[in-house]
Amino acid sequence: MTDIKLKSFEDLKQKIKQESLRKEKEKHTVLTVSAGTCGQARGSLKVVEALERTIKDKKLEDRVIVKVTGCHGFCEAEPNIIIHPNNLFYQNVQPKDAEDIIQQTVINDTVIDRLLYKEHDTGELKSTGPEIGFYKKQMRNVLGDNEYIEPLNIDDYFAVGGYSALVKTLQEMSPEEVIDEVKRSGLRGRGGAGFLTGNKWAFSRKAKGDKKYIICNADEGDPGAYMDRSLMEGNPHRVLEGMMIGAYAIGADEGYIYIRDEYPVALKHINVAIQEAEAHGLLGENILGSGFNFKVRISRGAGAFVCGEETAMIASIEGGVGIPRQRPPFPAVKGLWKKPTNINNVETWGNVPLIINRGADWYSKIGTNGSKGTKIFSLVGKINNTGLVEVPMGITLREVIFDIGGGIPEGKDFKAVQTGGPSGGCLPKEKLDLPIDYESLTQAGSIMGSGGMIVMDENTCMVDVAKYFLNFLRDESCGKCISCREGTQRMWEIVNKISGGRGKMADLDLLEELAEAVKDASLCGLGQTAANPVLSTLRYFRDEYISHIRDKKCPAGVCKELITYSVIPENCTGCLACKKVCPSDAVSGELKEVHIINKEKCIKCGACFEACNFDAIKVE
Amino acid sequence: MIKMFINNLEVQAEEGWTIRDACEFYGLEIPTLCYNPGLSNFGGCRLCLVEVGHAPNTRLVSSCTYPCEEGLNVHTDTKRAIKARKMMIELMLSVAPGSKVIQDLASKFNVTQMRFDVRNEECILCGLCVRMCAEQMDGKAIGFQNRGYKRKISTPFDAKSKVCRECGGCMYICPACQARCQGPNAEDPVCNACLQLEPTCVDVYDEATCWMYDVGRCGTCVRPSEEESTEQEAGSK
Amino acid sequence: MLHDQTEFEDIILKHPQEKRSLIPILQDFQSKYNYLPPVALNMVSQALDVPLIDIISVASFYNAFSLEPKGEHQITVCMGTACHVRGAPKILEEFERNLKIQTGHTREDGKYSLDSVACLGCCAIGPVVVVDGEYHAQTSIRNAGKIVKMLEKKEKIND
Repeated sequence: MTDIKLKSFEDLKQKIKQESLRKEKEKHTVLTVSAGTCGQARGSLKVVEALERTIKDKKLEDRVIVKVTGCHGFCEAEPNIIIHPNNLFYQNVQPKDAEDIIQQTVINDTVIDRLLYKEHDTGELKSTGPEIGFYKKQMRNVLGDNEYIEPLNIDDYFAVGGYSALVKTLQEMSPEEVIDEVKRSGLRGRGGAGFLTGNKWAFSRKAKGDKKYIICNADEGDPGAYMDRSLMEGNPHRVLEGMMIGAYAIGADEGYIYIRDEYPVALKHINVAIQEAEAHGLLGENILGSGFNFKVRISRGAGAFVCGEETAMIASIEGGVGIPRQRPPFPAVKGLWKKPTNINNVETWGNVPLIINRGADWYSKIGTNGSKGTKIFSLVGKINNTGLVEVPMGITLREVIFDIGGGIPEGKDFKAVQTGGPSGGCLPKEKLDLPIDYESLTQAGSIMGSGGMIVMDENTCMVDVAKYFLNFLRDESCGKCISCREGTQRMWEIVNKISGGRGKMADLDLLEELAEAVKDASLCGLGQTAANPVLSTLRYFRDEYISHIRDKKCPAGVCKELITYSVIPENCTGCLACKKVCPSDAVSGELKEVHIINKEKCIKCGACFEACNFDAIKVE
Repeated sequence: MIKMFINNLEVQAEEGWTIRDACEFYGLEIPTLCYNPGLSNFGGCRLCLVEVGHAPNTRLVSSCTYPCEEGLNVHTDTKRAIKARKMMIELMLSVAPGSKVIQDLASKFNVTQMRFDVRNEECILCGLCVRMCAEQMDGKAIGFQNRGYKRKISTPFDAKSKVCRECGGCMYICPACQARCQGPNAEDPVCNACLQLEPTCVDVYDEATCWMYDVGRCGTCVRPSEEESTEQEAGSK
Repeated sequence: MLHDQTEFEDIILKHPQEKRSLIPILQDFQSKYNYLPPVALNMVSQALDVPLIDIISVASFYNAFSLEPKGEHQITVCMGTACHVRGAPKILEEFERNLKIQTGHTREDGKYSLDSVACLGCCAIGPVVVVDGEYHAQTSIRNAGKIVKMLEKKEKIND
């Protein structure tokens, strides 16, 4: 086996140059297929198969290649292909389109209109990615490279200038200079708490001890958030490079990546990336001849949201239950195996190479005074353009949801947007013009969180949302503190009662009092923010709670005990569709007859509503 | 020695002391339940909460686990801490109303209501039995299992333990196992028959201003007479 | 269920014999046997010199482990926020009805396990259901029924 180890700064610089040139001089037409986990679930790999087969059949291997990359971010459009050299963007590609793509676009150089993206509001066809409304207002500084990189191939990372920040760091900067640069950039932790990263590194640097650790928090437990997964799957070396720079700055020689169990593809890619980095001499002893030693190990999560909390994560890596610990002492002073430890989120590490390469001055120009740089959000829920968006801090919620997100499907009304996961809150229509930054979101009753942004429409019940989060929290609580364990359980019981039409007005006061106690008395962030979903929905949607209590109605038509399913006679065509799917024999009526739902037998499963093609089922 | 402040008094604490240790040394009473001098500190019952920090950046912490630090500013009986403690007691009452220890705490802290659905005779998961078994009796027969609302204490596989020596230490130390008195309101989840004590200065000054509660130096502290206290009890139900 | 104990030893010995290996060892067992055999847990306790009660604490704390055998077919419904908002609860109920088991349990004949998971991170394609490792995007109540029918057909062929 040829020795691919890079033994000096010059070696690495040469390698980067070599690969960048290779990419620049690419003569083939490149069909880049987005194939992260969700792309694959939508059939990306079958599209890849079809394309490769067609290319082989037509003997065009020397003219066109297929590149299988990580997520391009526009999940709604997947499977999608970006075609170079023209940057053509094809959406919702199916295996049967392979023939046309090769024949018409590759060979004949013509555009296939039916595969182009069509804007929701204007119906305009857009041919390149950057022109599409979804991408226009984004600033894809961290995720943007995904489309150029085959995740299992380190050479692609070199080709986009990867590891040049590492060279600059080791060759030109002292650890203190690195920390200073990160401090001046204003980078704040992207995991949710938003602590100034440079300051955090400084604590660990200052801490006494020869053995220090860094940890990459890839637990990403917030339901609805998958930014870190995409970065780990699509560009694992970016994260590793950030960690290397951080380890150098802090004085750590060992790093752990704590990755959640539910991300098998990300786990595979990061494993391969580590092996490749080791083989190239970028991890190990005396990296590039600089005297800097650093190795990375993987620690797999085992399905516990609370392990995203720093001290619980440390306990888990040590081999125990994920129960948070008293702070002080802080991990920066006494962390993993009682050694100074610095923990940062995947996205935070992903920003570091950028800051080193482009400089703190450049970085701090993006964003607002208090929140610098870009942030990746997972824009999901009741939204037209679901996907991962990367935007500069300070952009408004309205711009993200309507300009980038394309608004609410089926012409429904926007009701709320939920940020910050179970630690965050729901913000209503009135807050749409809020700029996205740490302070504004916190003042409004939510938090930035790790980046989950779930959009809700008129058919989402906010009492149900509160119940959902409380159910999540009472299960994920580690169970140590009575305030959190018993508190989340009792809050859930109260909201469950309200959702079922058994609530009293006094319950709202009790809920608020209990929420405050849970917030104040709990040891860790999970308990301290557990009340946020309840408090924010009470703050902005109190009317809905009152409706459930006083009128025993669920205005959004969600809470099972308070809704009924019935047929709208004018729209019913008597097609028997609902009758066929009803599991409890509650529908009566023959073919071409208006159907009727027997409310006593109806178990409110919703199957009829889904099956009806004529809008003839009413839920109220 | 560590110099710090408790209730605006400058005090000296030894290395390795927790806030609770320092308070005990200086004669300040902080309610505890899961704390035991012979066992390791746990910090799960959240009764020993005190407020640390400088306004407006203060937070509540469990004093039995928080280490004494140079310059730490501690207030043991602020309105916020007392409110939180009362809710903890209310939560405990809802799970184990049959415990004398918890009923006494309720009386002492004027917890006169219990607004949750009662789940009788359940474990409050303070972990005293686990620590007793592991640390004092070297048994390691019982431990915590599961997490969240499903958390429980049991033997492996809920089966008869091979290492349990039936010493009775777990039953001895359990606060919930201690049967409550059959005084008035015996059927009620909240008994309140014993000593009631809430310094009235908290309402006036947002903080208990005297840690020798009986003295009433600030003048706001009033102990109701026997007839008045029965009336008060009847009125608050 | 009888297992070859030498296999257990092999799994344990693949890791450094320290407490920090506990979770990875349990993950290997779970992956191979679809649950944690009690005998295996006793062996781990001895090998790592960790009291059995602590092993059980860890095994019961994390969702990834089960102390009871899982079914031959494992169905996991994602209940993340985005999937929830898109109707995941109704899909879970449909599975419960069709398979006749409660979430978090295995059917008595050992053929099916039904679980929910907090979030799989595939929110754009929700509601998501994972059947024997395969991800199904944009599931509907009707699809849920179809999935069960397809599995039952497979079972009949195998019988």
